[in-house]
Amino acid sequence: MPKQEPFERVRNFDEVALGYTSELAREEAARCLACKKPRCVEGCPVGIDIPAFIQHLHEGDFPGGIRKIKERNALPAVCGRVCPQEEQCEKVCVLGKKHEPVAVGRLERFLADWEAASGAVEKPDAAPPNGRKVAVVGSGPAGITVASDLAVLGYDVSIFEALHEAGGVLTYGIPEFRLPKAIVQREVEYVKSLGVKLCLDFIVGKTRTVDALLKEFDAIFLGTGAGLPWFLEIPGENLNGVYSANEYLTRCNLMKGFRFPAYRTPLKRASRVAVFGGGNVAMDSARTALRLGADEVHIVYRRSRSELPARLEEVENAEEEGVIFDYLTLPTRLLGNGEGWLTEIECLKMELGEPDESGRRRPVPVKGSEFRMSVDAAVCAIGNSPNPLIGMTTPGLSLGKKGNVVADEETGRTSREKIWAGGDVVTGAATVISAMGAARKAAKSIHETLSR
Amino acid sequence: MYRIITRRMIVPNLHEFTVEAPLVSAAARPGNFVILRPDETGERVPLTVADWDSEAGTVTSIFLQVGASTAKLARLRPGDTIPTFAGPLGKDAEIGKFGTVLCIGGCYGIGSIYPVARALHQAGNKVYALLEGRSRYLLYWQDRFREVSDGVIELTRDGSAGYKGHINRLPEILSLEKIQPDRIIVNGCTFLMMRASNVTRPLGIKTIVNMNPIMIDGTGMCGVCRLTVAGKTKFACVDGPDFDGHEVDWEEFLARRRTYNPEEIQPLRKSGCASHY
Repeated sequence: MPKQEPFERVRNFDEVALGYTSELAREEAARCLACKKPRCVEGCPVGIDIPAFIQHLHEGDFPGGIRKIKERNALPAVCGRVCPQEEQCEKVCVLGKKHEPVAVGRLERFLADWEAASGAVEKPDAAPPNGRKVAVVGSGPAGITVASDLAVLGYDVSIFEALHEAGGVLTYGIPEFRLPKAIVQREVEYVKSLGVKLCLDFIVGKTRTVDALLKEFDAIFLGTGAGLPWFLEIPGENLNGVYSANEYLTRCNLMKGFRFPAYRTPLKRASRVAVFGGGNVAMDSARTALRLGADEVHIVYRRSRSELPARLEEVENAEEEGVIFDYLTLPTRLLGNGEGWLTEIECLKMELGEPDESGRRRPVPVKGSEFRMSVDAAVCAIGNSPNPLIGMTTPGLSLGKKGNVVADEETGRTSREKIWAGGDVVTGAATVISAMGAARKAAKSIHETLSR
Repeated sequence: MYRIITRRMIVPNLHEFTVEAPLVSAAARPGNFVILRPDETGERVPLTVADWDSEAGTVTSIFLQVGASTAKLARLRPGDTIPTFAGPLGKDAEIGKFGTVLCIGGCYGIGSIYPVARALHQAGNKVYALLEGRSRYLLYWQDRFREVSDGVIELTRDGSAGYKGHINRLPEILSLEKIQPDRIIVNGCTFLMMRASNVTRPLGIKTIVNMNPIMIDGTGMCGVCRLTVAGKTKFACVDGPDFDGHEVDWEEFLARRRTYNPEEIQPLRKSGCASHY
C-alpha cells in the first residue's frame, strides 16, 4: 500500500496511506482464494460478503463491488481506513496462515474511494414518507447509520449533535492523517441528502431532555458515544501541560489548532511529550504530537507490545515515524515547576503477571524501579466512558457500572419503551464498525416496532 | 447561524449583547452558560447567561473584551450572525429558601449573578446585592438589582461610589450594613471570588463561587475545565460551574487559567486592531 515516507509525513497532517491504484487493487483482489467456507465473513462484525465484493473487484465491476459492501456496511470509506482488520476479517483469512492475508480493508477502501471519486454514489430509492418521526442523538457513526437507514424507510429523522460539526469521534477524535475530514463530511452530506435534519449545538439532556423530545418524536436513538475522558488519578494531573487525549485531539482535529493563529483555538507545541495508553487514541495523540513539532514523543504503556490494543498498522506507522515506546512502564506522579507547569513524570517499571479480566497479562510493579523522565506535556489516553448527561436527565434509563446505557445486543432496546441505544454509549469505547453494526440492528428494531 | 439583536458597550470594555437563540432561551435557568464562536475560525468561548426572553427567543450575556475572540464579539452589530451558540450548559444555580442571601458581583459577574439574585428573590429569600468594581463608572444594572433585592451595596476601589476598598472589607461591611447572610454567592473574576471566600471562611458563611476556567466543548468531553474541589477533580462544565468557595484549590485554578496567556496576548501586540487579526 503506497504510503507517505515517514520523515515527510511527520511534517504534515495529510493522509498517510495513499490508497491502491486500480491495478494494485485488482492485483490484490486476484489473491483471494474464494474459499467455499469464507472465514472472513465470520470475522466481520457486520458480516459483509467479502469474497463476493472481492470477486466483483477482480472482474473490474467496481459498482457491483461497492454495492455488495453497502448491503452491510454504511460507512465503507471510514471502515476501510479505521477497522482493526487484523483482529477481524484479515485475522481469519486462510491465506494469512502461510502468507499475508488478503488486504480486505484496503480493497474496501479502494472501492469506497472509487465510488466517491466517480461522482456516482448510488442513492437507494427511499420509501415514501410514513409520517413517523425519529430523533437520533449524536452524529457519530452510530447516529449517522441509524439516520440513513430510517430515512430510506420513509421516516422523518432529526439528528441532534452537541458540537458545532457533525461526525462525532470521526471528526474530533481521529486525526486528519488517518481519516480525512472530507470523507466524514461526505458521509454527513449523504445523510442530509436523504432528507435527514441535522441540528447542531443541541445538547440533549440540557437544551431539551430525552423525555421532552419524546413528546414530539415517536422513537429516540442514543448514539452519544464514550466522550468522558479517564484520568489516571495520580498526583499532579492538573498541572498545566497535562491533557486528556480528548482535549489534545479536539484542539487539533475539530478546532484546527495546528493552524493557530489562523484558527483561534490555541494549541501548545510541546517538545517532549509523554502519552499514557496503548490504544488507537494513544497512537493518534503521539503521532499528532510529532506533527506539531515535538522532538521526542513517548508512548508510556504498562504492558508490552503484544498487548497493545491499537490497530497494528497505526502501531507500525508510529514506530516508523519515530515514536519511542516505553513498554512495561507506569506513570505514578506528575511533577511541576513552581508555577504550575509540568516538567517531569515519575514512572515505575512493570513486569507481566497473570492475565486479568480482559485476558491480558496483568502488569505488576518492579520494586525500586522508579525513574523520572523530563517532559513538557503529558496526554492521558487511557480510555473513555459515556458522558453521564443523558443518564442523569432520563429517568428510568438503566445504566451499567461505567455509566453505559444498558441495551439489548440484538435490538438496541433500552429499559425505556421508546428509547434505543447503540455504539460506544452501550459498549464503552470500541470500533466504528461495531457502532455501525449496532446502529443497523437498532434501526431495524425501531422500524419493526413503529410499523406495528 | 444566530442573529445578533443588540450589542453595546455598557461600561468601558464590558459589553451587553442579545442573541436570537430560541432553543437556548426556552431552556435557560439561572447559573447556566452557553458556548459560542464569534466566527468560523474562532475558538469556543463560554459566557454565562445574564438574562433571557423565552417569548422573543433571545438570550442576553455580558462579556469583557480581553482578547482576540472578545474583540470580535465587541464589533458585532445588530443583524450580524455568529456560527455557534450552544446551551444551556452547566448545572443550574441552587435556588432554595435559604433566608438571607448576599449576591456579590464584579465585572462580568454583575451580569451573571443577576438571574440568580432574581430567582432567589422570587423564592422568598431576603436578597442583598453587592456590586464591586474599581470605580463607579464600571458598575452597571443597579436598577435591575434594586428591583430584585432588599438593598444594593456598592464597593469601589477608589471610593467613587459606596464603600471604598477591596472585598477584604466584606466582614466589616456586613456588620455596618447589619446583614447576616445565611449564604453568599460570588460571581466575577477569580481574585474577587478567592478573596471573598478567604474572608468568609472564618465567619463560617457558606460561600458559593461561579468558576470560569478555560473551556472548549463545555459538555464534559475534554476535561480542560477541571479544577480541584475538596481534594477531588471536578469538571466545571458539568459538575459546576458553582462550587463551594472554601473547598476550591485557588492556586491551582489561577495557574490553569494562565495556560494560554501568551497565545491570547499575541494579537494584542500586533500593530493592527486586535479584532481584525
